Amino acid sequence: MADYDAIVVGAGLAGSTAAYCMAKAGLSVLLLERGDTAGVKNVTGGRLYGHSLEKVIPGFAQEAPVERKIVRERVSMMTEDSCFTADFHTPSRFDDASCASYTVLRAEFDAWLASKAEEAGCDLVSPAHADDLLRENGKIIGIKGGEDELTAEVVLLADGVNSLLGQKAGLKKELSPHHVAVGAKEILELPKGVINDRFGLNDGEGMANLFAGFPSAGMVGGGFLYTNKESLCLGLVITVADMSKSAVRLPDLLEKFREHPAVKPLVAGAKLVEYSAHLVPEGGLAMLPALSADNLLLLGDAAGLCMNLGYTVRGMDLAVASGHLAAQTVIEAKEKGDFSNNVLAGYKSRLEQSFVLKDMRTHKNAPHFIEHTPRMFSEYPALAADVFTQLFKVDGTPSRLMLKKALPLVSKVGFLNLIKDGLKGSRAL
Amino acid sequence: MNIEQKLSLNKFMVDEGNPHIVPHQDKMDQAAVNTLTVVCPAGLYTVDERGKLVFEVAGCLECGTCRVALAHLPGALEWNHPRASFGVMFRYG
Ligand SMILES: Cc1cc2nc3c(=O)[nH]c(=O)nc-3n(C[C@H](O)[C@H](O)[C@H](O)COP(=O)(O)OP(=O)(O)OC[C@H]3O[C@@H](n4cnc5c(N)ncnc54)[C@H](O)[C@@H]3O)c2cc1C
Ligand code: SF4
Repeated sequence: MADYDAIVVGAGLAGSTAAYCMAKAGLSVLLLERGDTAGVKNVTGGRLYGHSLEKVIPGFAQEAPVERKIVRERVSMMTEDSCFTADFHTPSRFDDASCASYTVLRAEFDAWLASKAEEAGCDLVSPAHADDLLRENGKIIGIKGGEDELTAEVVLLADGVNSLLGQKAGLKKELSPHHVAVGAKEILELPKGVINDRFGLNDGEGMANLFAGFPSAGMVGGGFLYTNKESLCLGLVITVADMSKSAVRLPDLLEKFREHPAVKPLVAGAKLVEYSAHLVPEGGLAMLPALSADNLLLLGDAAGLCMNLGYTVRGMDLAVASGHLAAQTVIEAKEKGDFSNNVLAGYKSRLEQSFVLKDMRTHKNAPHFIEHTPRMFSEYPALAADVFTQLFKVDGTPSRLMLKKALPLVSKVGFLNLIKDGLKGSRAL
Repeated sequence: MNIEQKLSLNKFMVDEGNPHIVPHQDKMDQAAVNTLTVVCPAGLYTVDERGKLVFEVAGCLECGTCRVALAHLPGALEWNHPRASFGVMFRYG
């Protein structure tokens, strides 16, 4: 007899969701987390799209430690000395729980979700590091951690983007520098009222702002700024492949971003309280590993289930959904008494039928488009700046019609390039 | 604020004498050494005046960037998580 029906490695969003759902269905579940408490090893940019957690814990935002509900979306294109921003403000359109999104801080949020799993009846052990899979005649029968060996019918690897265990299990290869980006982020403390005033928000309302161009110094990547209750998240994400060839270190790029004339006043007076970094899987379907094997499932970032579309980043809602669907698959396996890949492969079918792999398929060309359209990170922000400079510069020299102002600027980038990239982009993103 | 000052704001439990990352410069070319000095978000890899790679494990943010950046050079870097209860502990995350 195995010690547990299921052992889940990693109490991030994917792992805790899976543990919660399985425990609630009456399975015996062990959840292992290497951090002292769930969340202390985890970093995100900022925004959780709530729809998938809403399905697992309806009304979760009422009790979970969410920071602010996003009502303001900003997308900015930056050059060294300018910033063009599209600002969409709507307190009502994204209000419904089915599409609401919230800023979250993982140390607190993950601890809450793990406690829900515990309440549902799962055993949570932290800190506990799963060192390797435990096998008997080749069959996975549990995990090893330090001196301990623990057995289960099935092991769910929700150990995050680095997933050392996913590699040891042979389900995935080492990550490619083209498929992951490195994110660095600062938590900047500011009083609630100042945040409200500065960003035009009421209590509880939040803003998300992504930046292209200057922040990544033309490399594939961008900057972000999210509002929490009493702090801001300011950060940068750049692919490891580009970063490896960079002349400037990542922390120095972040410093320049914070000092940018458009950003500096937004963070003025804020107190830096934490500096973190983490990888983001961005390879899309191209990096999708095998998602299951006999007695084994791969969840969330460990499975590369994450999408960076430039105007939005989504990994947390996919992680939650993958945890939910993995749990359903294990519950079916328990009913059938069959934990082989015959039943566990149903996990991938469930992902295919859900938004997770549907959305990743819809946006399957996004990673390629983003990586191979460097103009997005240099020429286009510069073009936007030039066009707006022409529009708003009044210096007494004879004015020209808008078209005449814009044409020579656009022809610098090339009309064909603009049309081609526009078409390709709107098909990929 | 420089990177050392930023790291000093974080909470770390250092596993003295038991580094979770061990670089092997003899298995790296110069390009790999340069890469390490630029990719690490904590700036933990530097090169001394003799060209020797110097690595300071104490401020590690456990991101994995250095490992991925040298994925093409097997054996150049031993990379693991710190043992349970050691390493960085994000208070916000
Ligand atoms: C800078 C940045 C910005 C981002 N912005 C957004 C955003 O705005 N919106 C969004 O939706 N997504 C965003 N993402 C992506 C999102 O954060 C991830 O997709 C999500 O956190 C994945 O959750 P997970 O549960 O799969 O993995 P993780 O959250 O990484 O959890 C893995 C867990 O496993 C534990 N663990 C690992 N190995 C072991 C082991 N051997 N034994 C025991 N425990 C182990 C870890 O400690 C951790 O708790 C961003 C990511 C980054 C880095
Ligand atoms: S894991 Fe990240 S922070 Fe640690 S040494 Fe490597 S690159 Fe630097």
